[in-house]
Amino acid sequence: MTDTTWDPTKPILEIENLSISFFTRLREIPAVMDFSCSVMAGESMGLVGESGCGKSTVALAVMRDLGKNGRIVDGTIKFKGRDLTHMGEEELRHIRGSEIAMIYQEPMASLNPAMKIGAQLAEVPMIHQGMGRDEAWNLARQIVADVRLPDPDRILQAYPHQLSGGQQQRIVIAMALMSKPALLILDEPTTALDVTVEAGIVDLVKDLGHKYGTSMLFISHNLGLILDVCDRLCVMYSGEAVETGDVIEVFDKMRHPYTQALFRSIPLPGADKNSHPLVAIPGNFPLPHERPKGCNFGPRCDYFQDGRCNAAEVPMFPVPGDDRHATRCIKWTEIDWDAPMTLKASKPKTPIGKVVLKMEDLRKYYSVSSGAFGGGSAKVVKANETLSFEAREGETLAIVGESGCGKSTFAKVLMGLETATSGSILLFDENVQSTPIQQRNTNTVSSVQMVFQNPFDTLNPSMNVGRQIIRALEIFKQGKSDAERYARMLELLDLVKLPRAFADRMPRQLSGGQKQRVGIARAFAGGAKVVVADEPVSALDVSVQAAVTDLLMDIQRENKTTLLFISHDLSIVRYLSDRVMVMYLGHVVEMGTTDQVFQPPYHPYTEALLSAVPIADTKVIRKRIVLEGDIPSAMNPPPGCPFQTRCRWKSQVPGGLCDIEMPPVQVLAGGHQLKCHLSAEVLAAMEPVIQIAAE
Amino acid sequence: MNTELLSWGQIIARILQQFLPVWIALIITFTVSIRYKRKLGLYGKLFDSPVGMVGFLLVMFWVFTAIFADFIITLDPIAQFGRVKNPLPGTPLVDPKDGQYAYFLLGGDHLARDVFSRVVMGARRVLTIAPAATTFAFIMGATLGLPAGYFGGKLDTVLSFLANLVLAFPVILLFYLLVTPEIRNTGIPVVLAAVLFIFPVIFFCTLFNSRFFTNPPKRNLYVGITLVIGLWAYFGLAFNLDPLGVWSMDPNLLNVFVSVVFVNSPTVFRIVRGIVMDLKARDYVAAGQTRGESAWYIMLWEILPNARGPLIVDFCLRIGYTTILLGTLGFFGLGVSPESPDWGSTIDDGRKLLSLYLHPAITPALALMSLVLGLNLLADGLREESLKD
Amino acid sequence: MLKFVARRLGVMVLTALALTFVVFYLTNLPPNLEKLARTEGSVRMTDQAVADWIVGNGHGGSVFGRYAEWIGIAPGWTLTDEKGVTRGRCIAAGSDPAAAPNYCGVLQGEWGFSTVFKKPVLESVLQKLGSTGWLMMWVMIVMVPVSLIMGVLSGMREGSRLDRSLSIIAIATTATPEYVSGVILVAIFASATAGISPILNEWGWISGRTLFLGTATSAMDGITFWNFALPVLTIALYGIGYIARMTRASMTEVMTQQYIRTARLKGVRFRDVVLKHALRNALIAPFTVIMLQFPWLLNGVVITEALFNYKGFGWTLVQAAGNNDIDLLLGCSVVAVLVVLVTQLISDIGYVFLNPRIRLA
Repeated sequence: MTDTTWDPTKPILEIENLSISFFTRLREIPAVMDFSCSVMAGESMGLVGESGCGKSTVALAVMRDLGKNGRIVDGTIKFKGRDLTHMGEEELRHIRGSEIAMIYQEPMASLNPAMKIGAQLAEVPMIHQGMGRDEAWNLARQIVADVRLPDPDRILQAYPHQLSGGQQQRIVIAMALMSKPALLILDEPTTALDVTVEAGIVDLVKDLGHKYGTSMLFISHNLGLILDVCDRLCVMYSGEAVETGDVIEVFDKMRHPYTQALFRSIPLPGADKNSHPLVAIPGNFPLPHERPKGCNFGPRCDYFQDGRCNAAEVPMFPVPGDDRHATRCIKWTEIDWDAPMTLKASKPKTPIGKVVLKMEDLRKYYSVSSGAFGGGSAKVVKANETLSFEAREGETLAIVGESGCGKSTFAKVLMGLETATSGSILLFDENVQSTPIQQRNTNTVSSVQMVFQNPFDTLNPSMNVGRQIIRALEIFKQGKSDAERYARMLELLDLVKLPRAFADRMPRQLSGGQKQRVGIARAFAGGAKVVVADEPVSALDVSVQAAVTDLLMDIQRENKTTLLFISHDLSIVRYLSDRVMVMYLGHVVEMGTTDQVFQPPYHPYTEALLSAVPIADTKVIRKRIVLEGDIPSAMNPPPGCPFQTRCRWKSQVPGGLCDIEMPPVQVLAGGHQLKCHLSAEVLAAMEPVIQIAAE
Repeated sequence: MNTELLSWGQIIARILQQFLPVWIALIITFTVSIRYKRKLGLYGKLFDSPVGMVGFLLVMFWVFTAIFADFIITLDPIAQFGRVKNPLPGTPLVDPKDGQYAYFLLGGDHLARDVFSRVVMGARRVLTIAPAATTFAFIMGATLGLPAGYFGGKLDTVLSFLANLVLAFPVILLFYLLVTPEIRNTGIPVVLAAVLFIFPVIFFCTLFNSRFFTNPPKRNLYVGITLVIGLWAYFGLAFNLDPLGVWSMDPNLLNVFVSVVFVNSPTVFRIVRGIVMDLKARDYVAAGQTRGESAWYIMLWEILPNARGPLIVDFCLRIGYTTILLGTLGFFGLGVSPESPDWGSTIDDGRKLLSLYLHPAITPALALMSLVLGLNLLADGLREESLKD
Repeated sequence: MLKFVARRLGVMVLTALALTFVVFYLTNLPPNLEKLARTEGSVRMTDQAVADWIVGNGHGGSVFGRYAEWIGIAPGWTLTDEKGVTRGRCIAAGSDPAAAPNYCGVLQGEWGFSTVFKKPVLESVLQKLGSTGWLMMWVMIVMVPVSLIMGVLSGMREGSRLDRSLSIIAIATTATPEYVSGVILVAIFASATAGISPILNEWGWISGRTLFLGTATSAMDGITFWNFALPVLTIALYGIGYIARMTRASMTEVMTQQYIRTARLKGVRFRDVVLKHALRNALIAPFTVIMLQFPWLLNGVVITEALFNYKGFGWTLVQAAGNNDIDLLLGCSVVAVLVVLVTQLISDIGYVFLNPRIRLA
């Protein structure tokens, strides 16, 4: 199907001055403006930016699938020299799936639930190559083996819901590769997956890209992932490409203030909440119809110069010397890019006080009936097994783990939404393990509060912000009169650095970061002493993450709050926590101070987790440890050590102990705890996963 | 005395003239609404959708007709005029008294009653019973559906079983069993009414208590007012025991009303339960739980307001469905007095001579159809607009 | 799977018992029995005589006991009067009481005797059910394909002109209950004075006075297009709109799913996207809806049979209720409840088969 007129030394995809708008009843909303980029054969191009920057719109425009309201207003998209923007439906259909294929964020949603995997895969060559059914199924079998799925025959006969998330994403990749496309578009392909599963997928994509010589357009918000996968990247901000070039060059010699600010706001190794705090980007992402004149980043930029930056639209300036490096900054030659970042005053370390929370041997079992209709025998899910730890005043304890590790159950038990099966929880020396929240007194309830993960869910959409905070004050018996509570509410808004006018706003008028701030204000309404933060920033954009984390840290310093920070993101955990607890399938596998956990000896799971997290720093050298398979279901945990099915150190334990026996907790120097059968010698010989190359 | 029939042109002109108050009211409503549509939330958005606007127009036409019915009717809807059966549209009255309207605008029925006036008065009847019955069905469905969806478990199993029981009952059979003159003697309708009508009182008391229990004086005030008005109305409507005689319901009507509420509430129950099961996993619900809110506060103040979109749409559809049900009852001559200008019973009266005289049946049939169509279009418009942006 | 069916069956039996009990209770209320006594005995009976008649014919005692007798799980009542004649539920008039069976309820096939038709209930119900069966069959044949096609066509391109017009038609038909559409259909097609018949007659296109027949009584003997089309259309119209809207909603939802986009961006032809990828997923919801429509289709059947004077099941129900024929009404209820429950079971099982996500391992 290769077009003979196309010269392989020319770019395979060439986008020039592309502008895309969405048309609503009220107005035209420009989503992408003046976007240009080119992808050469075999090259992988990263598109990076925060949500709403237009990166996915570009991808859909390449597929010419912008929906009813979206339209390409200007510019061209040339694929192998042919302009896609003026192509008819029938011609497009021949290109889609055969020459350009796409992989999406939600693997489950992108597979047809009522069709067998095999049929969905075989369809592609049957449409495009006119292949016969049997031949197509054989090809499907071969490609399923290529994406390293076990037992391809069984998988071909399965329905999507019978596979795990990781397996589904491999199938989506297989589907995209069925007719060996020249260009593969990946739209956040791993965002919905756990980190250790993500690592496997990323490896697979890289390998297959090389094997088939496919060019890639890789869309992600994660700079670390882009560094892992791509050769070149294009940073987007508010509908425009602001900087583009070779990955290494852009990472090391960025020439746009936004790129620089982005790197300063993500927690890289070396950042520390006290001595090297993150620098958040001030302000908010502009709404598409409220973009400023001139440079879109102007209002948030440290180098902003009135009358120049906001005078006229800024074109792309090539950066000489580098390979196709360009920036959309009018002042890029004037800024001293190597100047060290002006440090915010480093903050004093919060003193750690007395123990406020102590859990001992906590267990939480659920009994679930299996089968869709309640038939079958009831199964016991061990969501938490023998959890013991203590947390002190002013301390940040991070709880790390992937889906199904029991961290959310733990939070529920602590909050009193569920009661523990056994064990004890001592909160300020009061025993609360079997007291459900309705029976706890107001004091206890108001002193343990929670900050939730999803900013779009955390506030009641039909109640204004002020009311929601006042309600918390009423429940916590704060203030004597309505007026007093109103005043206290305004103070709380000040505390989370939101304008007082927000009291009358509805949640839908707030951005994600602002909602999360309101959530924090609400949690502190009753002067909370212990705050459980369940992935409070994972759904936020990187530039906002830093600001929200900072806010949490500031409030903690001021109020000596104990923060239980639940997260799967090890970068942020390293940045802000004092102690870390790593959980896997309901078990605490490792616990210690941040330094202990992030340095060898590791628990084998921690080691894999550390290696799996992509780091956006070219100086960091990471050992690649890719775990096989998926996280086992908590309904059906493996015998012996919970991690034994995926552990690469298993062979070092004599006597197959891992298969049979639950490992004991080893206490190493400094109170560092590991739940592992590995001997002290083996542990001592472990090498660090992350090393920072000497400059 | 004249014996000339009016021409169709004259009839239409005269009918349009009779509806004058309705036209004025409609013009005012639409001008004001369209001018301020950006400030009116979902209601305002309705005027962006042609379908919704047409639906709203039809519904409001009948609403205003019901309101101004006394000015619109030409003749007494219950009285009989002359001995000629089924006079054709435009027939003059045999010997009109002074000041009496001189024509059967849309003809007369088999008892020589004026069809036009009966249909107009019928609108008032339908538009008081149907929305009221639907409201009661919603309150009952919500009061039971909220805990069933929120708590799940045994409570849900039992309530869902009961709801499915009512749903599995063929509606017509239920009506034949429930809406009979004999059953009134047994007191079953009163018992049912006693159960159904207590729900609004419980609902509003819980609503205010869960919200204001932190502020006892305010709580006592609200709950007190609810109890006074609620119980006063309750005893009046269910047992006809209102000492002041403000609240009362004709036993016939009570029977019909109770049956209609009874048939409608299980569907509402299922809808509410479904929405609650979806919404209870939201973080703001968890936030309420972690600050120790009562289950009823969470259900009534955190979950219910966020379920309003689909519920409003269903409310419109359900008024239409209730209208159809009331018509069905009338069609079978169940529970409504034979004199009443009810649309359903008028159709039933007219159908017997359908192949000879169309007009007595077709006018109420078209009236009922246009009202239900309007409600359906309105619901469709609301649904579409609430899904947009 | 077996376990699931067994559970469903259990719930079904429980539902059937509860529903029939409610019907039994409501039909055997004292006022109904008094009315029965006066129609069976004489209108001028004294109150005392009425009470005696009720007790003497086995209608005394607790309602639970009588219900159990009627179902056939308790022995039928027997009474020996002063003259030494033993009568009882299970004893046919003039037969030997000793030879009569102990149990004679619905389960034993003894459905009682209809006072209106002067025939055993089971016989008349089954016969009438047959007539209605034909009606329902034609309704299904018309309604299901038309509504599904309408729904799929309008749902596959939401907001298109085709969608808008089909949706309006669907909404219009759901807004038209059977007693309205029946009247309008008769007015247009079967009226000697209005609609198209007089015109056709004038032109000499039809020999009779009307194009279609305004009643379906003749269809009892032989179904023809001219006597059956209007009743079938009357029932089908209301259902068409409802099912078409369900299908449309389900189809539009499916069409916005990611996997449809995946299919489109695989290069699948639009026709195949609809037929191979969307259809099966989109039909899961309407299938259940169609099956659950039965209790409500029965409504339409009753109205239409009354309107067109077609002597089927619905007509029988009206007669039974109107004439206080308790046994017949009970018989009709049992049939109605059973039909509804069986369709629900079919709907549940069908759902499991259509939806691979919940297929049991």
